[in-house]
Amino acid sequence: MSQIHVTTKINGDTTEYLCDPEETLLDVLRDRLALTGAKEGCGTGDCGACSVTVDGRLVCSCLTLGAEADGCEIDTIEGMADGEKLHPLQQKFLEHAALQCGICTPGILVAAKSLLEKNPSPTEEEARYWLAGNLCRCTGYDKIIRAVMDAAEEMRRAS
Amino acid sequence: MYDFNYHKPGSLADAASAIAGAEDGKLVAGGMTLIPTMKQRLAAPSDVVDLGGIGDLVGITVGGGTVTIGAMTTHGAVAASADVKGAIPALAELADNIGDPQVRNRGTIGGSIANNDPAADYPAALVALGATVVTNKRELSAEDFFTGLFDTALDEDEIISSIKFPVPEKAAYVKFANPASRYAMVGVFVAKGSDGVRVAVTGAGDDGVFRVTEMESALAGNFSPDAVSGISVSPDGLNSDIHASAEYRAHLISVMAKRAVAAAG
Repeated sequence: MSQIHVTTKINGDTTEYLCDPEETLLDVLRDRLALTGAKEGCGTGDCGACSVTVDGRLVCSCLTLGAEADGCEIDTIEGMADGEKLHPLQQKFLEHAALQCGICTPGILVAAKSLLEKNPSPTEEEARYWLAGNLCRCTGYDKIIRAVMDAAEEMRRAS
Repeated sequence: MYDFNYHKPGSLADAASAIAGAEDGKLVAGGMTLIPTMKQRLAAPSDVVDLGGIGDLVGITVGGGTVTIGAMTTHGAVAASADVKGAIPALAELADNIGDPQVRNRGTIGGSIANNDPAADYPAALVALGATVVTNKRELSAEDFFTGLFDTALDEDEIISSIKFPVPEKAAYVKFANPASRYAMVGVFVAKGSDGVRVAVTGAGDDGVFRVTEMESALAGNFSPDAVSGISVSPDGLNSDIHASAEYRAHLISVMAKRAVAAAG
């Protein structure tokens, strides 16, 4: 069946692609655009490893069709650091050792960034609720939450 | 996922003709159930009609004692709406506790009720509040709309455009959520409005959402948690699965109902 022409803006750059109807946005990002930061974990919207933002809203790219992204602005983990300079969340994840195997990390960073854009001063409970859609099987979450809370504090100080 | 034809109509009329003309068409709203189902190859539609291009289906209006929510409005938008929070705070709170942020940002009210998952939250709100489902063909009461497990009164080529909620005097929804999925193991929506008191239960019935009329009569005379604390629901016709037995769900209905009445005030 015929491919669909899609125009998007990804991490600020206008990006066009052709995709098959059954390709998800995650398939397109990884296999057509070589943006392999977003991961496929479960593929059914449970684990959050594929998290990106579409028009500023956090979504699972594995449950969004590539065709549905036409006209949308997409932000992925690849757009998070400013060149060589890590985003405060990325830096704090390193300092707090908030990752082990790293598969969930891009999704959690994208989700945490989305939280801090909505709510720069989350309580720990709010941070935990917001990250409920991102599963990590290594860290037990505590170090992730500590990193997020620390990054939030640093970003508040810097602003 | 198997291959399919993708359509993105710009109007409800075009969507209706696209779905009517398809051999085995499916509408995709938020895709939170359809896409995983297609990936698991439990569904293999010939055509997928994306409702995301129809701007008329998105939005919330309040007026004349009614809150009208467009079918393609996301749970996140309902949860964040100052209009919904002001008119029916229980509905905004329900939306805020569906799934996780990723689901709330894509999943829509129309998609949720059309799917009629027995553990979804919205069916309880529609039935308890006496909502009206507006489609491209007609208007249906919530009770006529939900016809059973994953089943509704919708025709194959019928599309929900909006849901109209009468503003109640008081209402609350309390659920006992599965800690992993956040789906309701039991959810009870209690509403007191011009038509009296309604108690609707989701997550428990093996045929989907249902009303507990005995609790409704008790609450009509005395709207207090004590009025429902002595009323037990039979486990007959309730779901039993790895999360909870029918007996446990029956018990949870009374507990959640009591908490919902207390929360409604």
